[in-house]
Amino acid sequence: MKYQWIAFQTLLRKEISRIIRIWTQTLLPPLVTQSLYFIIFGKFIGSQVGAINGVTYMSFIVPGLVMMAVINSAYGNVVSSFFGAKFQRSIEEMLVSPMQEWVIVGGYATAGIIRGIVVGALVFLVSCFFTHPTIHQFGIVMLFMILTSAVFSLAALINGIFARNFDEVAIFQNFVLVPLIYLGGVFYSISRLPVFWQNLSKLNPILYMIDGFRYGFFGFSDVSVPFSAGLLIVLTLVLWQINIVLLKKGIGIKS
Amino acid sequence: MNAIEIKNLVKTYKNGTQAVKGVDLVVPQGDFFALLGANGAGKTTIISILIGLVNKTSGTVKVFDHNIDQEFDLAKRCIGVVPQEFNFNMFEKVHDIVSIQAGFFGIERKIAVKNTEEVLKKVGLWDKKNAMARTLSGGMKRRLMIARALVHKPRVLVLDEPTAGVDVQLRVGMWDYLRELNAQGVTILLTTHYLEEVQQMCRNAAIIKEGQIVRLDSVKNLNKFITQETYVIAVKTMESLAGLEAYKPVVVDDHTLEVELNRDEQLNGLLIKLINNKFDITDVHPKGQRLEKLFLSLL
Repeated sequence: MKYQWIAFQTLLRKEISRIIRIWTQTLLPPLVTQSLYFIIFGKFIGSQVGAINGVTYMSFIVPGLVMMAVINSAYGNVVSSFFGAKFQRSIEEMLVSPMQEWVIVGGYATAGIIRGIVVGALVFLVSCFFTHPTIHQFGIVMLFMILTSAVFSLAALINGIFARNFDEVAIFQNFVLVPLIYLGGVFYSISRLPVFWQNLSKLNPILYMIDGFRYGFFGFSDVSVPFSAGLLIVLTLVLWQINIVLLKKGIGIKS
Repeated sequence: MNAIEIKNLVKTYKNGTQAVKGVDLVVPQGDFFALLGANGAGKTTIISILIGLVNKTSGTVKVFDHNIDQEFDLAKRCIGVVPQEFNFNMFEKVHDIVSIQAGFFGIERKIAVKNTEEVLKKVGLWDKKNAMARTLSGGMKRRLMIARALVHKPRVLVLDEPTAGVDVQLRVGMWDYLRELNAQGVTILLTTHYLEEVQQMCRNAAIIKEGQIVRLDSVKNLNKFITQETYVIAVKTMESLAGLEAYKPVVVDDHTLEVELNRDEQLNGLLIKLINNKFDITDVHPKGQRLEKLFLSLL
């Protein structure tokens, strides 16, 4: 167990070094993108939109935009790093070592979570230039940020395992992740949608992430917070187990 | 104790290709063992199964008595691998590549750093420790892979064509280093296209053809199996070859002649005939490609 723990620390240190080494690709872009969202949606459009549950529109979109950055960063970190290792064949450094599957999954997922949290915190700081966001329950904010990062880090690892080329890395992000994020209530409350669209939105797991996260900021939510947290925990466990099985079988990484 | 024990190993790929067909192989501890075979014979597949990069279809593989199915971490801990192709992150520093590998093997950071310094100095890359891997020359990259394979002090070193594309000077240097490691007790399993390498360094060898071992013996015995030897004879000037037809003489250039001698024939008899034909002989040496002949005859 001691050896595995050292291997885990090594992988995590390697991944964090990578995040720092290429900070212009890993930390800077979400700050620029989210700043543009704050300016365009918060200042320009938001000034014409009324308050939602007593919260200004600019403040209302802060949790959604932070969560959007968290999701993209956690996902992007793991899928690019893991597929990059596959592409360069440096993944063999891990495969020939006695590292157990949980170490590989845990190492990549933890690095994804860390990048998600760091980017989330930076975007939150940027939001302070545009509004004065309040935090209703810091524990809930952290819980949802960690669980969401974990879910998307683990999902990204599955993508990285199956991907055979860079197109397959980008396809899920562009055609699944981005639409789900935009339709997950980043810019609106689903309570303002017609019933049909409300029910359809509830099939989108990202809704529960953003909604629970937003509860941590303002103390109100569209769906049950314990249910959202439970869903994220279940998703994390299921995705973790899928990754372990895939690595054990060597799918996508061994012949 | 045997370093490697492979029993009835079979590998069939998803496309139906049977790359390994029931291979049995034993590499004793401390051996310098060669796996020889043409491209696609199954050498790399066997090695890849041994090191955990390819899943076997059936059979048993043990490394120092540790079955790779049941004691996979103990088995892997015994092995260091130098693959055929570069498989490190080109954007990482030399020191990081080696020390991270040590960490993956569960070696504490402080010891990993010490081991890294030791192996990088040994392969002559210490002054490049902060260089990005992509800036190294081909030979340096290969030495980097050797350093990485040795950082956790393995008991078996597996080298998959380590000198392919390496210049002569570096190849000879690498041979010396591998001999030194072997003398220190490290078992070495080598695949190579250079039969000269096998003759110079290995004690035992297996020849693989179409996924099966067609001959397994000591290099000494394999050499004996050859009934003919080619000699290279250096002469001052080329003279008449009359009466030498039985030796199948080949004129390489104005000063070099190659002849074939059966094992039961005396070299002296040949030399007397050459002298009788007015040849002024300056040097005689065996061509040293006996194993190559055997290899080609089996393929």
